[in-house]
Amino acid sequence: MAQEFRLILKHLDQPGYTPDLECYLRHGGYEVLKKAVSLAPVSSSDGRTITGQDKIRQEVKLSGLRGRGGAGFPCGVKWGFIDHKSGKPIYLIGNADESEPGTFKDRQIIHKDPHQLLEGMILAGYANQVQLAYIYIRGEFMEGARLLNRALAEARSNHFLGKNILGSGYDLEIYVHRGAGAYICGEETGLIESLEGKRAYPRIKPPYFPAVLGLYQCPTIVNNVETLCAVKHVMAMGGAEYAKLGSPNDPGTRIVCVSGQVKNPGYFEIEIGKVTLGELINDLAGGLREKRKLKAVIPGGSSAKVLKAGEKFKLKHRQADGKEVVREVDLLDLPYDAESLAAAGSMCGSGAVVVLDDSADVVEVLANISEFYAHESCGQCTPCREGSLWMSKILQRLNSGRGRPQDASELVRIAGQISGGKTICAFGEACAWPVESFVAKFKNDFEAKGAAAEPEEPEPLKP
Amino acid sequence: MSVVTNHSTTAVPVVKTLSVSVNGRWLAVPQTTAHPLTGQPVATTMIQACEIAGVTVPHYCYHAKLAVAGNCRMCLVEFGTPALGPDRKPILNPDGTPQIRKSPRPAIACATPVSPGMEIYTNTPAVEAMRRGVLEFLLLNHPLDCPICDQAGECKLQEYSVEYGQAASRSVDEKVHKPKQVDLGPRIVLDDERCILCSRCIRFTRDLAGDDALGIVQRGSHSTLTHYPGRPFDHNYTLNTVDICPVGALTSKDFRFQMRVWFLQETKSVCTSCATGCNLLIGSRENKIYRYVPRQNDRVNSCWMCDSGRLNYKWIGRSDRLTQCQVRDAQGQMQLRTWPEAIQEAAGRLKQAAPGSIAFIASARQTNEELFLIRHLARKLGAMADSAPRTGEGDAWLVNADKNPNRLGAAIMFGLDRSALPVTSDTAPAAVGSADMLVGPGVQLARSGQECPRSIMGAAAERIGAKLPKIAEGIGRGEIRTLVVLGEDATKHLGAALLGRLENLIISDILPNATTPRAHVLLPGCAHAEKRGSFTNAQGRVQKFLKAVEPPGQARPESEFLVELVRAVTGEQFPQTVEGLFNRMAKETVAFQGITWAGLGDLGQGIAVEVLKT
Ligand SMILES: Cc1cc2nc3c(=O)[nH]c(=O)nc-3n(C[C@H](O)[C@H](O)[C@H](O)COP(=O)(O)O)c2cc1C
Ligand code: SF4
Ligand code: SF4
Ligand code: SF4
Ligand code: FES
Repeated sequence: MAQEFRLILKHLDQPGYTPDLECYLRHGGYEVLKKAVSLAPVSSSDGRTITGQDKIRQEVKLSGLRGRGGAGFPCGVKWGFIDHKSGKPIYLIGNADESEPGTFKDRQIIHKDPHQLLEGMILAGYANQVQLAYIYIRGEFMEGARLLNRALAEARSNHFLGKNILGSGYDLEIYVHRGAGAYICGEETGLIESLEGKRAYPRIKPPYFPAVLGLYQCPTIVNNVETLCAVKHVMAMGGAEYAKLGSPNDPGTRIVCVSGQVKNPGYFEIEIGKVTLGELINDLAGGLREKRKLKAVIPGGSSAKVLKAGEKFKLKHRQADGKEVVREVDLLDLPYDAESLAAAGSMCGSGAVVVLDDSADVVEVLANISEFYAHESCGQCTPCREGSLWMSKILQRLNSGRGRPQDASELVRIAGQISGGKTICAFGEACAWPVESFVAKFKNDFEAKGAAAEPEEPEPLKP
Repeated sequence: MSVVTNHSTTAVPVVKTLSVSVNGRWLAVPQTTAHPLTGQPVATTMIQACEIAGVTVPHYCYHAKLAVAGNCRMCLVEFGTPALGPDRKPILNPDGTPQIRKSPRPAIACATPVSPGMEIYTNTPAVEAMRRGVLEFLLLNHPLDCPICDQAGECKLQEYSVEYGQAASRSVDEKVHKPKQVDLGPRIVLDDERCILCSRCIRFTRDLAGDDALGIVQRGSHSTLTHYPGRPFDHNYTLNTVDICPVGALTSKDFRFQMRVWFLQETKSVCTSCATGCNLLIGSRENKIYRYVPRQNDRVNSCWMCDSGRLNYKWIGRSDRLTQCQVRDAQGQMQLRTWPEAIQEAAGRLKQAAPGSIAFIASARQTNEELFLIRHLARKLGAMADSAPRTGEGDAWLVNADKNPNRLGAAIMFGLDRSALPVTSDTAPAAVGSADMLVGPGVQLARSGQECPRSIMGAAAERIGAKLPKIAEGIGRGEIRTLVVLGEDATKHLGAALLGRLENLIISDILPNATTPRAHVLLPGCAHAEKRGSFTNAQGRVQKFLKAVEPPGQARPESEFLVELVRAVTGEQFPQTVEGLFNRMAKETVAFQGITWAGLGDLGQGIAVEVLKT
């Protein structure tokens, strides 16, 4: 029976645990920060001085921690892109936009343990010589924003934040910025535009890589809330120890949100790669409802490619003797880690697992997903702007019994005109991948709906 | 002494280049190019490299003079870069050439910098498929307006549809509907259904016109271009957005539904509304002008012009144009005359006038060549000659407060003054110096070793119009009794009463004004659009313009009849063509020396000025 491995979520669901500073301190809060800011410079073997800040960055790099926001980019490598010699201020942004359908983990932290996020952010800020940081929180999280502001005030009055933090001489200010309710504000460059007071139009990369030309054209680090919390645990354990958790290529723990047609939906912190999709669904999320069979799993938020029940995947596995062996696994035996999900043609994304049983109409599910993306496309670049709504219209038509036999292949063709690096931001893929994968894997369901239609040209749908 | 010139010969700094290939052809491209807004060197992009290679990458949102947006995705190309080994050194093929690693993802050519050894592919099946995809998306919700759209014929959607479009729509669902005929401001109407959201207009008005007036509301496929609520889009450069809009979304109220663009004949010209002299194209058909559009000249107006200049063409077709040669008879009645009769009459009156009793006022809206002939005639007759200033409001961009298109030409001809010349040095002018300082204190025309006409030297420190009070005085004292006026309303400069004291008032003009009814000889002249000639703009650039339409009635280019008048008065024969006249003028005028009509090309040529350091 698979178990949770609670690191970030360790305390927050314990009875009596409250989001205030006093409770956080009682549970050892800010101890990691205290240690970190008092790290003394040491000389390395080649005679260079390694400051406390350098040390933190090294530990994070050593830990192999991957971002938990969606792309899974190694955090230490991202920090390494920051140019410390540009003379410009360096900004840090905590991405609390949490908008990917199926994802509801960051909000647990914000609501129940906001100081953990702050400690992670202050550590990240300290390590990267940041003086000003923001938490960009989605507009709908009104209570979350209130709690964060309260936590910031507490941290400030207890010298964890503000001028001369804990007597270290380090100054940092953190502000909460509320979005106005748009999924695209979670995309890091759209977020930055929004923070600058503009429409959240994602920026073109090149040249606007956040690490070089981010907020106000200054070097900027954008990290997900969970990633920033993980930084605290990396520093608590040491990078090498942290790296021993989870799988070699995707170390540590992560919070997986399981939703959909399971008995016990919820968030579960697991050791990455040590729990399979089947265990997540059956052991942690209580399994399917009575008499239901699994139909499909969306393993990493609604934009991840769907996996079909019964699919088999080939996983490469390195044995202790260094030999590589290929192992065929069933969907349910797929370990939940970046590498395995990639081998299955999908991704862990934002860590949201959406389970569909055989009562689900996949066409309806995809129509629902596509409607979301058509609504949330920022509209800046042509393929995503026009393609997302077109796919949604076709799916709605299919779903309302007015499909055409060729609609399934049309959908795949349209999606193919969007995905593959043709758009400004990864939203293009996010709206195309579900369509591509659903139609490919459930072709019969789509064609059945298309064939059910009356033969004459269907009446056009209102936009 | 530092030499500052307006010629394009200023030393160009050595540019570092790098080698890229475009569709298999290698070429060297500069590592950096000037940013369109800041002028700072920025990395050369793929689209620029392709341009140098003579390969046009289809595009909508990219515009060489605007910040890059990268939103249309039409310019997606495939590319490869030299593969690097673990030592960060290029991996070589057996034949010694670097191995190219083709990028798995395409890149937008408009924003992606080139790097050494990069290979760019603009015509692969994958690239063409992406273009077809983008075009299909752009047309998906686009209205079928071509038959009534003003952009038809110069529309980039139409253009690329020919190459990458499909014959039939694959969509059966209703299109997205958006506002049509949106009144954005006094001169612009927007059709949101036609807008492809390329944001060119937004970037132009925000970054160049300095008015963040346009933006997009709604999102996704419902995105809608609009202007700031409650504030009309009305600055003096709004019509440029119509030019750069790649489709028929932004239309000019003035030009809307007036003429299909493919019927328009295009004539290279310059704007006459101020001393900037923005280069433009006159669009005309069957002797009627339908529009002006700016013509790119990076030394003058880039791709832009102001709205007031652009719309200032209607007067050319006015019904009250002067179209007849007229001579006042002994009874004081105006009689119609043929050109030879009218020229005879004018020449006779000039020849009979006593030396020193004649004055000329020739507008700084006349061409260099015309003013040259006037100057010659004045000098022969020992007459005073001047122009009249014409000032108004200027701005910090194109519009010059000086409203004379040829003020510098007039200043050169009738009395050079320092302020007329473009001083391109920050050095303070020296005290009034030796006789060879032709232009005024501290400023000297280049090639000053050459002889200069006395009249220029004599008038060294005067401004144009400085002699007008003297002329008025002369008339008042009865010393000046013959006045020749070209293109000015003399009542404004001298007062109506004084004009009544003249024995001879010889006038050439285009439109009637308070002076024309008093003429003894009236010669109908031409608008610039009806003739050829050149102006010298405020920065000292000599620019030529060509003829777009025929003048009405008997009206003739002034240079033509001035040559006849000079011959009738002095017996001298000046060249009868504008080319010949220009070249003669250039020979005889220090400021223009070395310049030829042919050498002006389409973009004009600067006159050299030397600034003495103190
Ligand atoms: C369309 C889109 C939406 C995104 N939304 C979120 C989000 O809500 N929260 C988040 O943390 N990251 C989101 N991301 C990922 C961010 O762009 C960015 O990669 C992430 O915040 C980096 O943090 P990490 O490295 O810690 O994962 C989104 C990305 C895309 C393309
Ligand atoms: S891909 Fe979509 S969301 Fe991203 S910039 Fe383009 S239109 Fe906007
Ligand atoms: S109105 Fe024209 S220039 Fe402006 S965004 Fe639309 S298509 Fe582009
Ligand atoms: S700036 Fe001057 S020259 Fe240019 S268009 Fe306007 S009036 Fe004409
Ligand atoms: S021209 Fe490059 S994206 Fe529009």
